[in-house]
Amino acid sequence: MKCQQCEKPATFHITELTGAEPQEIHLCEGCAQKYLMQTPGTGMPGKASLAGMLAQQLKVADTAKELEKLDEKCCPICGISFYEFRNQGRLGCPHDYVFFASELEPLIVNIHGDLVHKGKHPLTHKRSTESQTKLIQLRREMNEAIRLEQYERASELRDTIRNLEESEDQPGDEHSV
Amino acid sequence: MNVDLNELTGRAGEWMKGAGPQSDIVISSRIRLARNIAEFPFIRRCTAADRAAIDKAVRDRLAEVPQLTDLAYLRVDELSDVDRHFLAERQLISRELVEAEGARSVAIDQNERLSLMINEEDHLRIQVMKSGFDLVAAWDQINEVDDLLETKLTYAFHEKLGYLTACPTNVGTGMRVSVMLHLPALVITQQIEKVFRSLQKINLAVRGLYGEGSQAMGDFYQISNQITLGRSEIELRNQVHDVVPMIIDYERRARDFLLKQNQQDLHDKISRAYGILRTAQTISSEETMHLLSSVRMGVNLGLIDDLVIADINKLFVDTQPAHLQKLRGGPLDTAGRNSERALYLRRYLSQKEKDGADQN
Repeated sequence: MKCQQCEKPATFHITELTGAEPQEIHLCEGCAQKYLMQTPGTGMPGKASLAGMLAQQLKVADTAKELEKLDEKCCPICGISFYEFRNQGRLGCPHDYVFFASELEPLIVNIHGDLVHKGKHPLTHKRSTESQTKLIQLRREMNEAIRLEQYERASELRDTIRNLEESEDQPGDEHSV
Repeated sequence: MNVDLNELTGRAGEWMKGAGPQSDIVISSRIRLARNIAEFPFIRRCTAADRAAIDKAVRDRLAEVPQLTDLAYLRVDELSDVDRHFLAERQLISRELVEAEGARSVAIDQNERLSLMINEEDHLRIQVMKSGFDLVAAWDQINEVDDLLETKLTYAFHEKLGYLTACPTNVGTGMRVSVMLHLPALVITQQIEKVFRSLQKINLAVRGLYGEGSQAMGDFYQISNQITLGRSEIELRNQVHDVVPMIIDYERRARDFLLKQNQQDLHDKISRAYGILRTAQTISSEETMHLLSSVRMGVNLGLIDDLVIADINKLFVDTQPAHLQKLRGGPLDTAGRNSERALYLRRYLSQKEKDGADQN
């Protein structure tokens, strides 16, 4: 039997049990390692199945034209496009949960059956989502300044980041999340 | 603290001990938490400088937590390929961290119970592993470590969605609870599919690695929670915790049934497996795993008395490719590994047989 991904003989015969029905997958050693790496022993849906889930959900919700427009939507902080997320199944920064909220919420409900966290909260160092976003943006600008060899601008940004971090890490700081 | 990987090679990590509650059927209990540092993008959008900064930040902060200063911190990207796979075979790092790019690390404790992966899919993956069925202790330890780190690092957290992760499948608690089970009798009696179907109905995921045909490779299955949001950590832990005793019970009943109905066939299967392992001149990793599974059940049922469960667990780990190469002290191709593996098994098992004879 040949590997489903390449021409080599299939030596690994994996039964994926995370979907509704068991699914047989036949792979060579190299492809099997890549496959298993996608789902590192956790039983969670792999990148491919997550992207599939998203595509399926969006197909129902949107016309091709709307989907094309949605795919071009980019997070202003990390720059990831919705298309990239849809393909890779991984988000670019914490702000994506806010920026793509309307697209992500149905997916999150689909995966977890819920939208509200009921677990533990950070005990200290609470930082607002806005200030988290601000810090990511400042870092991004600083990296860009370094890339463009604008070192004066980069060092200004570094100081701003440092000040923001220090001001928020003071005891008694009461930024609500 | 520095760690010598060659020294690790010679000893058994926590989950290989074959100790702890129900360790005849439960290999290990593991909990992991996914966390991200608030002010950095998620890994996929990090620059090389970001990754290095995250790595340094975690390393510096760890040094400030007295309870965690004994951890050995290893830069995974600076290790050889064999060493990276060696850590993965001991389950101290994931395959994803082996293959990732750029600055990435792992911090491990001496007993190999706690490992912190830095710059895997998320900035931080905290993992606690216990031998046998011990999820309560695993949660207590990981919760404490998480709280300690939280005093030094600001995690990405959203009031409504909880801990934010690179993949929406982990958002909320970021917690994955897994129990690794050895279920050979349920496989032989063909009841395993039934167990899987009932677990899927209650939102638990089961993964098994299958060998040629329909025979499970090693008969090892991992049960874990599928959802991470909408329930507290304790609820998620309990969901796995409550179902495992039922599966253990099914497996024990299946073993009793086999012993009563088919003892000669069962004894024959186990003895043949043991015989091949003791005499083979060349043997693949897949066949070794398959045969060791039978022998493991034979030890549990009292049909083999030269070995204890810790021996079998050690053989499972030591016969994997990177471990063999570390033990041999040099690189080996597939054919070389197959004969080295057979040699290792013959030596180990004949020594055990000799020890057993000396005691009698």
